[in-house]
Amino acid sequence: MNRILIAPLALAVAVLSIPAHATSPEELDIRARQMMKDSFKDHGIAKTYRMLQLDFQQACSQAKPPSADVMKQIEAEQMKTIKWPADGKYFGDWKEGEKIAISGRGLTWTDKAGAENGGGCYNCHQLSHHEISYGTIGPSLLEYGKVRGNSDEIVKYTWGKLWNAKAYNACSNMPRNGDAGILTEDQIRHLMAYLFDPASPVNKR
Amino acid sequence: MRNALKPIAIVAALVMSHGTAVAQSTADDIAKYREMIADGNPSELFEMEGEELWKTPRGPMKATLEKCDLGMGPGVVKGASARMPRFFKDTGRVQDLESRLLTCMQTLQGIDPKLVIDGKFNSGERKTMAALVAYVVTHSKGDKVRVDMTNPQMKELYALGERAFYYRTGPMDFSCATCHGEDGKRIRLQDLPNLTKHEGAAAGWGSWPAYRVSNSQFWTMQHRLNDCFRQQRTAEPIYASDVTIALSVYMAAKANGGEVMTPGLKR
Ligand code: HEC
Ligand code: HEC
Repeated sequence: MNRILIAPLALAVAVLSIPAHATSPEELDIRARQMMKDSFKDHGIAKTYRMLQLDFQQACSQAKPPSADVMKQIEAEQMKTIKWPADGKYFGDWKEGEKIAISGRGLTWTDKAGAENGGGCYNCHQLSHHEISYGTIGPSLLEYGKVRGNSDEIVKYTWGKLWNAKAYNACSNMPRNGDAGILTEDQIRHLMAYLFDPASPVNKR
Repeated sequence: MRNALKPIAIVAALVMSHGTAVAQSTADDIAKYREMIADGNPSELFEMEGEELWKTPRGPMKATLEKCDLGMGPGVVKGASARMPRFFKDTGRVQDLESRLLTCMQTLQGIDPKLVIDGKFNSGERKTMAALVAYVVTHSKGDKVRVDMTNPQMKELYALGERAFYYRTGPMDFSCATCHGEDGKRIRLQDLPNLTKHEGAAAGWGSWPAYRVSNSQFWTMQHRLNDCFRQQRTAEPIYASDVTIALSVYMAAKANGGEVMTPGLKR
């Protein structure tokens, strides 16, 4: 008896709370995507095609992360993009690495085509004992090499993380430096040295 | 007003130098600066210019903006920007302050909105716009953010604004939420308000438009959003385009009830 009464009641409430021309979440998704195309224009190197999302970007565009399964799938796909150093050489010059870590330049519409980009690491991470102007979107990497050591495993992980952070955390806030062409292989080698070299101010006081 | 100029140089120096022993956020420097100039914000110059422009006959129709309806009746400026964005029956659209001023400039003065939309910040009609905005927002200082979220069009734009806020794209995969989605984060030494919550949105939305000490410019909300999209590495948002209105509705709705502190004083 109860069941029969409740069903129509619930229906009536649902109908009342939706205004006449309410738009469904799916319709809003479509309109939002259209809006993200129509509201922008080319400016210098920043072209409107940048408004088109990659599949994983779309999956990571809600307040909540996608399901564990979807995350795993994305990570597996991103893992395939990682380019390992052909000559097995993981490390460059930490002094060059520091410059790249500090520079947040590149890829905006006020930057020039072909200019060398920075890594912007200090926008998000603490790294050295000396540089006090650092952001906190990512964890502190102070004494990274000193704390983590330099086993093959940690070296490979770190190279992979710098090349494509999404391979280890699908919706990471960290850019895909290698995969998205933000940094070159050599620049990543310099950053590796900055993180691991005992003489680098990341590790040396 | 003269006196204000010296402290600007001092705070610019404070803000620019990171050489001190202790990591200090930019907010601390700005707080020092606020004390120094105790009475008066350098944006007063822009407000005065804006008031003058409001009352000066301009454009092909040689009319003033004194009959401009910002939602509270023709010519009413007090409290108007605290209630914006809002839905306007005459245009059938939700408009933020700047898109509404474009409507007034067009209908009352005959000024082509393209002059602003296709213009450059800090020059020509966009500079005029910034002064007008400075004038209008000063008249909501101390008011509460009061945007009407019972209006169906506003609700729809909120839903679109929320989607825009989380929309990750471009070479760095950033969305607004990358930088403004958590409490207590910084980029270098700049504090990032969490715009997904009331407190952060009230602090962020409530203190723009603002005078920027680092470059002595007055920035409108359209200008603020434009520069955040630049940092996000997207293409350039078109001035007063739907995405800028939708994001403004999203932030204003989150800020609702918070204090209007415009014009703000920023790095
Ligand atoms: C936009 C912010 C952002 C930028 C820019 C950024 N990172 Fe990250 N990074 C993060 C976040 C957030 C995490 C932690 C979450 C995760 O693992 O994805 C992280 C994680 C890491 C890790 C793994 C730490 C661990 O404990 O395993 C390393 C190493 C790293 N970042 C290095 C760098 C370097 C080097 C740069 C510059 C090329 C950089 N990051 C740029 C946000 C950023
Ligand atoms: C890459 C990081 C980044 C992204 C992405 C970003 N912002 Fe910002 N935003 C900043 C920084 C840094 C500031 C502080 C600016 C300053 O002090 O010069 C800021 C300031 C702001 C403010 C003013 C806050 C205040 O308290 O003064 C608002 C509002 C804002 N951003 C909105 C947005 C919106 C909306 C988006 C998405 C379209 C966005 N931002 C994307 C970095 C970012």
